[in-house]
Amino acid sequence: MSAGLRADTTHIDVDAIVVGAGGAGLWAALELAREGIPTAVLTKLYPTRSHTGAAQGGVCAALGNVEEDHWEWHMFDTIKGGDYLADQDAAEVLAREAIPAVIELERMGLPFNRTPDGKIDQRRFGGHTRNYGEGPVRRSCYAADRTGHMILQTLYQQCIKAGVKFYDEYHVVDLVFEGGEANEGGRCSGVVGYKISDGTMHVLRAKAVLLATGGYGRAWRVTSNAHSLTGDGMSLAWRHGVPLQDMEFYQFHPTGIVGIGILLSEAARGEGGYLLNNDGKRFMETYAPKLMELAPRDMISRAIYQEVREGRGIGGKDFIHLDVRHLGRKVIEEKLPDITDFARVYQGVEPISEPVPVQPTAHYAMGGVPTNLETEVLADARGNVVPGLFAAGEVACVSVHGANRLGTNSLVDLLVFGKRAGIRMAQICKSTPQPGSVQGAERAVRDELLALSTRPSGVRPAEIRRELAALMMDNVGVYRDEALLSAAVKGIAKLKAEYANVRVEDTGSVFNTDLLEARELGYLLDTAEATAVSAYARKESRGAHSREDFPERDDAKFLAHTLVWQGAAGAPATKLDYKPVTITKFEPKPRVY
Amino acid sequence: MATASTVELKIQRFDPERDNEPHWQTLTVPVEPMDRVLDVLTRAKELFDGSITFRRSCAHGVCGSDALLINGRNRLACKLRVEQLGKTITVAPLPGLPIVKDLVVDMDGFFEKYRSVQPYLVASPVEGSGERIQSEEQRDRFDDTTKCILCAACTTSCPSFWAEPEYVGPAAIVNAHRFIFDSRDENAEARLDILSDEDGVWRCRTTFNCVEACPRGINITKAILEVSSAISTRE
Repeated sequence: MSAGLRADTTHIDVDAIVVGAGGAGLWAALELAREGIPTAVLTKLYPTRSHTGAAQGGVCAALGNVEEDHWEWHMFDTIKGGDYLADQDAAEVLAREAIPAVIELERMGLPFNRTPDGKIDQRRFGGHTRNYGEGPVRRSCYAADRTGHMILQTLYQQCIKAGVKFYDEYHVVDLVFEGGEANEGGRCSGVVGYKISDGTMHVLRAKAVLLATGGYGRAWRVTSNAHSLTGDGMSLAWRHGVPLQDMEFYQFHPTGIVGIGILLSEAARGEGGYLLNNDGKRFMETYAPKLMELAPRDMISRAIYQEVREGRGIGGKDFIHLDVRHLGRKVIEEKLPDITDFARVYQGVEPISEPVPVQPTAHYAMGGVPTNLETEVLADARGNVVPGLFAAGEVACVSVHGANRLGTNSLVDLLVFGKRAGIRMAQICKSTPQPGSVQGAERAVRDELLALSTRPSGVRPAEIRRELAALMMDNVGVYRDEALLSAAVKGIAKLKAEYANVRVEDTGSVFNTDLLEARELGYLLDTAEATAVSAYARKESRGAHSREDFPERDDAKFLAHTLVWQGAAGAPATKLDYKPVTITKFEPKPRVY
Repeated sequence: MATASTVELKIQRFDPERDNEPHWQTLTVPVEPMDRVLDVLTRAKELFDGSITFRRSCAHGVCGSDALLINGRNRLACKLRVEQLGKTITVAPLPGLPIVKDLVVDMDGFFEKYRSVQPYLVASPVEGSGERIQSEEQRDRFDDTTKCILCAACTTSCPSFWAEPEYVGPAAIVNAHRFIFDSRDENAEARLDILSDEDGVWRCRTTFNCVEACPRGINITKAILEVSSAISTRE
């Protein structure tokens, strides 16, 4: 069989499967290896190329190495930063377990920057405060501005040491269920992997499957995300009856490189960088007088839009300036080397002597596959678990980030819940029998891939992808309203219809990226749809979801998590449900900084 | 397209299911002012030929997927602006590794060599609940070699590697260096043993190709010399 795939299928039995080899997947794999559980890690890249490696500024943990700090403060900041939508039991786990996670990373060899007395050094980061909001605190543990790179390297190194079995450049194209889909009480019993280098199908059966596939920033035109971040895990789960949670909450990071969205880390502001408008004024004074440039990201992104709308963008255009000149050459080159390089390479700007033009860029999904604290995937608002299926990291929604994630908390999330996933999966593997036969489980997706690559004529995937990215940027961005969102829902439905006729040109079975990119476009359309539908239904403004027609937060109606299910047989998604937010220590209050 | 500007893009093509030998394809591709080579490759794939095959992921020089031989030098396609290259851009796969298809090479051997130097911390368990103490000077000692993204630009630019594919290569030595000079690690001897092998550091001829190729600015030759010096002085 040609046309993108080969006829032979390989069957592999393991106890646990990890899909994705970023921080969450690698730490889960490490815990599984420690427990002696036979595990397969599948990644469509090589592990060291996962997007965890792009994280720059640091990972927050209340170590208190340079000034007083407490995990309760970190928990509070996370909840307030998330505009009170985070589940507070989850935020407590995040803030508490960040501390041993960071210490364990150091013990695994992570080269953190050090204080003069040899401890892990810490710096300021947006929204992280002392004593429940009094002022910025030094909480972010860092390795220059390549903390994510060092986390990814360190975890992969430890996986090598532990003998973890990797399937590099295997694209997971389907999940396998037995006894019905997730919404019918079914159990996840494995995955279908497509070996990119030769087009063969591999059906892996296991007692526990972890989704650790990251986010879907590529749905937007200007994004900090890698090309590979196409919502694979969210979409595959959705197709099998798992709801997606809080998808309307998508973070725009305030400081992306103009036009292309590459991130200039918040570390620049953590070290003392300014944001300036066309008048040379530190405009955050108007919006967040206490925290200024270290206010949470959603507020700064809105402030930038506001400045631009009122004509105070640089030269009247749609960007503002990030200014680090006053920090001096030594700080810039030693503490911010990578982002200095980015500004030089991608903009031709010298940050030591010039301010850097920046604008908001699509960055991070607060929403995703709903899970409980043990990373078990949830089937509904009542907390029923989908047996055999787990999720951790950006793909998941626990929810720790609520309506807006604080800087560095993505790394904290993937460390804490990646580890928890491995521990929980190991327990399940020891107490559960192997699922039944998965013979023939690849047939449905094989037919879908064949349809893509044998259609004689049709639209190129790139055209639909470009339209989708523009639509999401214009209509499902920093500011939203009913008209924009309604047009987005309709536009995505139209693009989905066109996608049914998409055609790939490459008909080979070796490294067919044309075919896989077309497949990924289908995932992007799913996640974009879930986002737009959820955003349309939430008639309030909270965190990153900012409705100009409903500018206030409405706790009476919307202090709740959105769940959205995929429509049946290609129909648009219409089924939504809401589940209450878990409140333990902090009653919702107005959010001012 | 904002401007009518174009470049001649010469791509080395090879489809193992159809071709016996690699061949060249030349396309005239529209470009925009701040385009990088990766943007041009992507546009060529989207506009002209969906079968053009290359790896890519982060698109800003931190994942190491798109190291290619561009106008005769190993570089990351996402870190190289078109205006730095003139009107003709020639793109071929990294030299010295088996070609899978078009610009994609088989990286398995490269990663196997990386793993062969035991690139992970080996240290006795620590007491208590805190971190290990390491001074700022001790941390600085190996800072440069922590930057490696395993893109293979260095190893595949090395004449010693081309001549002797068993040579462990600069990237693996860089990653060994990162642990050999980490004050917390207790396994330097084992790594020095591995690298004193006939396919280890002695194959380095200090041509500095690796230093020139490294997109992370790592002083690779210096790292290799520090490792070979550690081997020489340990007896």
